[in-house]
Amino acid sequence: MDREILLGDEAVALGAVHAGLAAGYSYPGTPASEIMEYLIKVGQKTKAFIASWSVNEKTAFEEALGVSFAGKRALVSMKHVGLNVAADPFMSASLTGANGGFLVVVADDPSMHSSQNEQDSRFYAQFAQIFCYEPADHQEAYDMTREAFDLSEKMNIPVMIRMVTRLSHSRAGVETRDPHPPNELHYGARQCWTLLPVNARVQFKKVLDRQPELIKLAEASRFNKLEINPDDKSLGVIASGIAYNYVLENFKNAAKKPSILKVSTYPLPEELVKELIARVETVLVAEEGYPLIERSLKGLFGLPGKRLIGKLSGHLPLAGELSPETVRQALALKPLERQTLGDFKLTGRPPQLCVGCPHADTFKALNKALEGSGKPGVFSDIGCYTLGYFPPHNAINTCVCMGASVGMAKGAAEAGVHPSVAVIGDSTFGHSGITSLLSAAAFNTNMVLIILDNCTVAMTGGQPSFATGERLLKIIEGVGVPKEHIRVITPLPKFHEQNVRILREEIEYAGISVIVAVRECLEEARKKSKRA
Amino acid sequence: MTAIRKQDIILAGVGGQGILSIAFVIDNAALKEGFNVKQAEVHGMAQRGGAVQSHLRLSKDRIWSDLIPRGEADMILSVEPLEALRYLDFLHPGGKLVTSSTPFVNIPDYPDQGKLIGRIREIPGSVIVDSEALAKEAGTSKVQNTVMLGAAAKDLVVTEDSLLESIKVLFAPRGDKVLEANIRAFELGRRAAG
Repeated sequence: MDREILLGDEAVALGAVHAGLAAGYSYPGTPASEIMEYLIKVGQKTKAFIASWSVNEKTAFEEALGVSFAGKRALVSMKHVGLNVAADPFMSASLTGANGGFLVVVADDPSMHSSQNEQDSRFYAQFAQIFCYEPADHQEAYDMTREAFDLSEKMNIPVMIRMVTRLSHSRAGVETRDPHPPNELHYGARQCWTLLPVNARVQFKKVLDRQPELIKLAEASRFNKLEINPDDKSLGVIASGIAYNYVLENFKNAAKKPSILKVSTYPLPEELVKELIARVETVLVAEEGYPLIERSLKGLFGLPGKRLIGKLSGHLPLAGELSPETVRQALALKPLERQTLGDFKLTGRPPQLCVGCPHADTFKALNKALEGSGKPGVFSDIGCYTLGYFPPHNAINTCVCMGASVGMAKGAAEAGVHPSVAVIGDSTFGHSGITSLLSAAAFNTNMVLIILDNCTVAMTGGQPSFATGERLLKIIEGVGVPKEHIRVITPLPKFHEQNVRILREEIEYAGISVIVAVRECLEEARKKSKRA
Repeated sequence: MTAIRKQDIILAGVGGQGILSIAFVIDNAALKEGFNVKQAEVHGMAQRGGAVQSHLRLSKDRIWSDLIPRGEADMILSVEPLEALRYLDFLHPGGKLVTSSTPFVNIPDYPDQGKLIGRIREIPGSVIVDSEALAKEAGTSKVQNTVMLGAAAKDLVVTEDSLLESIKVLFAPRGDKVLEANIRAFELGRRAAG
C-alpha cells in the first residue's frame, strides 16, 4: 500500500488507472480538468492506457462508450454543464448498458466559482436511473472509483461519480492498492447496443427492473453509514458527500453527536433512511447542490410527525456551496469567535484578462469599429474572453453556454439586431460553434463571427485546441463562408487601425463573414519559452 | 509547552503570485513531521489576476472539512496587503496575520495604502514585511512568496529545517540560480519578521 498526496480529481484518475482503465476521454472544464491532466501525465509515462482530450463532452462520452462496447474499462470526465452537451448519449447509454466498466465522472461547481450555473448532476443520474457515487473525501474518491468499475460490470450499467469543486481542488493523502489487470476485448451484444424501438423497449424494461437491486446495493454499500446516538432522539442528520465533513467538523471536539446517516450513493439507501428517521424528531438534511435528498423525503406531504429541515426550510442556503459555518448554523451551534474587519471597506478583485492579452486588443478594435454603428449586439461565449464583459472593455452583451454566441448572433440578426457580432474562442468554436456557423452560412445571415484564435484552451490551463490555425480556416471555408469574407487579423496594438478597418468592412457587408484574430495566448507562450 | 496538534492557515494573494508554491513547501514539511494535510485551492477563472486563497490544514488528528471554518484559522499568510484583510473573519481572536506590504494594484479602486497598512497594524501581533524589497535583495522580485514564507516560519508548526528541505525539493529542479534566490529569500523574510 502506497500513500500519495493527490487532488480529489487526481484521486479519481488514479483509482481509474488502478482499476485497469483502457481509455479515458474528456473536454477541459473547471473543476474537472485535472482528472484528464493526471491521466495524460500517467498515460504518457506508462503507455498502459489511452488518455485524451476530445473536441467536446459528447464526443468524449461516445469515445468512452465505444471502449465499453469493446469490453474494456472506460472513463469520461467533464464539468457539470459538460453533461448537458453529452446528455444525448448519456441518457441512452443507460439503455445500452455497459459492457466493459464505464464511468461518467462529473464535477459540479456549486457557488459557480468558474461556471455559468450550479446544476446538480445527481439529478442526471436519477434521470438516467443509473448508480451514482458521491465521495466525501480523497480516499473515497479513489476507493469508489475502483469499486464503481466493478459495479458497472456486475450490473452492466454506466456509473456516475459525482464530484464538487471543493473536493476536486483540494489535496490530501490517499492510500492506494495493487492495480487490477485490464480487460480483454469482448464485444457487446448487438441487440443491447442497437437501440431500434424493438430493442430499446427491451433494454428500457431492464433499466426499470434493475432499480430494486440498485437500492439493495446502496443499502449494502460500506460507504453509506448510519451512526446512531441512542441517547439523543431530538436531532438526526442525513449528510451526503462533503456536507458530511462539515457536520463532523462541527462535532470534532464534542463529547456527543447526533445520529448521523452518511449518504454516499444514489439511489438512496432507503432502509437506512427510514431507520434514522424513525429514531429522531427533527431530521436535518445537509447536501451539496440542489435539495435532492431533502425533496425526496419531503414529497408532497412531508414526513408525518417529524420536522424536516434543510435547504427547502431555509435552514441552509439554496444557492451557493455549503461551508462549515452554514452547516454549524443549521445544527443550531454557537458560531465560533472570529476577528472582524469592522467598517474598513474592502475592494473586490475580480479576475481579468492578462496584461497584453490578445483578446484585449481585439475588443479594443471591435469597440472602435462599432462606434456610431447604431445599436450593436455582441454575443460572446465561454472562455477567458468572457472577461471582456468587465471594464475597461465592456465589450460583450451575452455569455450563456459553449457555442451559444454563433446561434444567438444569427437569431438576433434575424430579429433585427444590427450589427450582430459573435465572439468565440478557437476551442469553443470547435466544441460547439461549427454547426451554428454551418447554419448561418447556409442562410447567409447578416452577421460577423469573430474567432479569437489563441491556439489553446486558455482558461482551463492551456489544453490543446482542435480548431486552430490552418485547420480552423479550412473548417470556416468548408462550412460555406465565402473566401473573400474570411479575414485574418493579428490583434496587436500596432495593427489597431488596420484591424478596425477590416472589422468595419465586414460589419458593413450584408452577409455572413468571419474574422479570425490570431495571436498565441501569452501564458502559453510564456510556458513554452520556459520549457525551451 | 504541549505539542501543537493542529495549524490552520489561510494563504492569500492574487492569481499568479505563487501561493500554491508556499502551500507545497509547508505541506511537504508537515507530511514529513507526521501531520495529516488537507489543502483547498482555487483553480480556473479566478486565477486570472483575481483574488485567490488556499486553505491549508495541518493536524495530527483526522481533518474533516477541506475548508477552514470561519474563526478557526491560526494564521493568515498573505503575499499582498489587501488580500490579507479579505479573509480576516477566518482568523480566530488569537490568530496571527503575516503579510507583505507590497500592494498589487490591478484594480482602479485600490484602497489608500496608508489606511490599508494602518488597518493591518490594528490586528494584534500582525507582521508586515516589505516582500518586494527583500525579494530584489535575494535576486529577483519573483521570490516574494518565499520571502513571506520565511517571514511566517517561526510561527509555523513545522520546523525551519523541514521547510528549507522542501524548498529544495520544489526549486532544485528549476536550477541552482532559482534555488539559491529562494533560499536567500526565505532567510531574508525570516530575519525581517524578527
